[in-house]
Amino acid sequence: MQTHEIAVIGAGPAGLSAAIAAAEFGARVTLIERNNKIGGQLIKQTHAFFGSEKQYASHRGIDIPPLLYQKLEDKSNVQILLETKVQGFYPDDGVLGLENKEAFFPLQAERIIVATGASEKTLAFVNNDLPGIYGAGAVQTLMNVHGVIPGKRVLMIGSGNIGLIVSYQLLQAGVQVASIIEAAPCIGGYLVHAAKLRRMGIPIRTSHTILSAQGAKEVERATICGLDESWKPVPGTEQEMDVDTICISVGLSPLAEILWQMGCEMKYVPALGGHVPVRDKQMQTSVAGVYVAGDVASVEEASSAMMEGRIAGLAAAESLGYGSEQLNVEKKDALEQLHSLRSGPVGEKIRSGMHNLMQEA
Amino acid sequence: MRIQEHPILSFPRGRKVKFTFNGQELEGYEGEPIAAALHAAGVRVLRYSPNLHRPRGFYCAIGNCSSCLMTVDGEPNVRVCIAELQEGMAVEIQKGKGELYANS
Repeated sequence: MQTHEIAVIGAGPAGLSAAIAAAEFGARVTLIERNNKIGGQLIKQTHAFFGSEKQYASHRGIDIPPLLYQKLEDKSNVQILLETKVQGFYPDDGVLGLENKEAFFPLQAERIIVATGASEKTLAFVNNDLPGIYGAGAVQTLMNVHGVIPGKRVLMIGSGNIGLIVSYQLLQAGVQVASIIEAAPCIGGYLVHAAKLRRMGIPIRTSHTILSAQGAKEVERATICGLDESWKPVPGTEQEMDVDTICISVGLSPLAEILWQMGCEMKYVPALGGHVPVRDKQMQTSVAGVYVAGDVASVEEASSAMMEGRIAGLAAAESLGYGSEQLNVEKKDALEQLHSLRSGPVGEKIRSGMHNLMQEA
Repeated sequence: MRIQEHPILSFPRGRKVKFTFNGQELEGYEGEPIAAALHAAGVRVLRYSPNLHRPRGFYCAIGNCSSCLMTVDGEPNVRVCIAELQEGMAVEIQKGKGELYANS
C-alpha cells in the first residue's frame, strides 16, 4: 500500500486551507471529500463575511471555494478525491477505510488532518419530527443551492447568526417569516443582522420557545409561549401561529465520530458545540500525527475555520521535515489572525470555551 | 416551489427528466437531489418511521441525519437529500426499515 504524506478529511473551508498551506511548503497532500464538489457549507452562504482581507472578508461565502481552488489546481503535490467517504479508521494498521462509488479501499497516511465539520442540532418539542421541520442549514441548502423554497410561511427558532441570516435569505427568496423566537432574553447573533430584519418588520421574540408543532402529516401550525427568568413557560402566554415550515437554528455539534474511533481525547465543552477534541495550539490532538481544524474542533465561523486549517496544515508539514523560517513566519501570522478573530465581545463565548478546553490539555 | 428570480443567485439546472413517486409521474432536473425535486413538486412526506409509523421528511439536507431514507429503484434506505435524480427513477415512500432486494 502506498503511504501518503498528509491526508485531509473534508474539503470545506478548514480542509481546503489545510491542504493549501501544507502543499505550499512542499508536502504531498491527499484531500478527501464526500461530495462531488469542494467548498463544504460555503456553497450555500450568500452573505458577505466579516473580518480582514486575509480571511476573505467582504466576499460572499459562495465566492470563496473558487478562490481557494485556484491555489490548489496548479499544484502537482495535491490529489483531490471527490465523492469519497472515509468510512472508518483501523487503529491496528493505522489505515483509513475509504469508499468511492461502492468500491472500498484503504489509505495510509503519515499525518491526518480531520476537517469534517459539524451537524445541526435539533430541539425537543411535541411533534418535532413532522415533515416541514428543517434545520436552518438544510433550508439554506434547499434554497440557495437547489433553488427550491421550503414553504410559504416560516417560524424560525433561534436568533444566532445562522437563524438571522437564514431568515433574511428566506425573505430574499420570497418566503414569509412569521417570527423569529429566541429562548434567551437577548438576541444571540450580530446586531447588524438583527437590525436588518427588524427594519423589514420581522418580529424577534426573545424569552420565547416553541411548545408544539401541529398538522395531520405535515406542519400546519405551531404553538409558542413566553419564558420566565428561569426559562420556564409562562402559563397564559401561548400563541398559535399559522406556518407551514419550522426552521431549527439552535446550533451545531462537531461531526467527530472518526476522532472517537482514532482514540483522540475528547472533552465536553458546551461553548464549543459539545464534545470536542483536546489539542495543542498547533491543532494536534492527543493522538500523535492527527490534527483537527474547523467546526469539528470547535463550532465557530468559517473565517476561523480557515485559520485553524492553515495552522494545522503548516504544523503537519513542519513535522514531516518541510519546516523553514518562512513556514514559522506564516504560522505565527495565522495564530495571530485566529487570536484576533476571537477577540472582542463577540468572541467571548469561544474564548471561555477555549480556556476550559486548553486548561487540561 | 422553485425560485424563479433571486437578487443574488442564479440556478443553472440540468435537463428536465421524468421520474415516478409512488407510481405517479413527476418532473425534475437531472442531477439535483431527489428530495429537492420532490419538494418542488409539493412532496414533503418521504417515509414512515419503523416503530410509531410517523411521517418523516428530510432534516439536514446534507446527508448527515438519515431522516430522508426512501426506496429508489427497489433499493431501500437511500438518502434522497443527496442522491441525484436520474431519468426514469422509481422513487417510493419507505415504510419501516425497508427490505433489501424486495423487488428482485
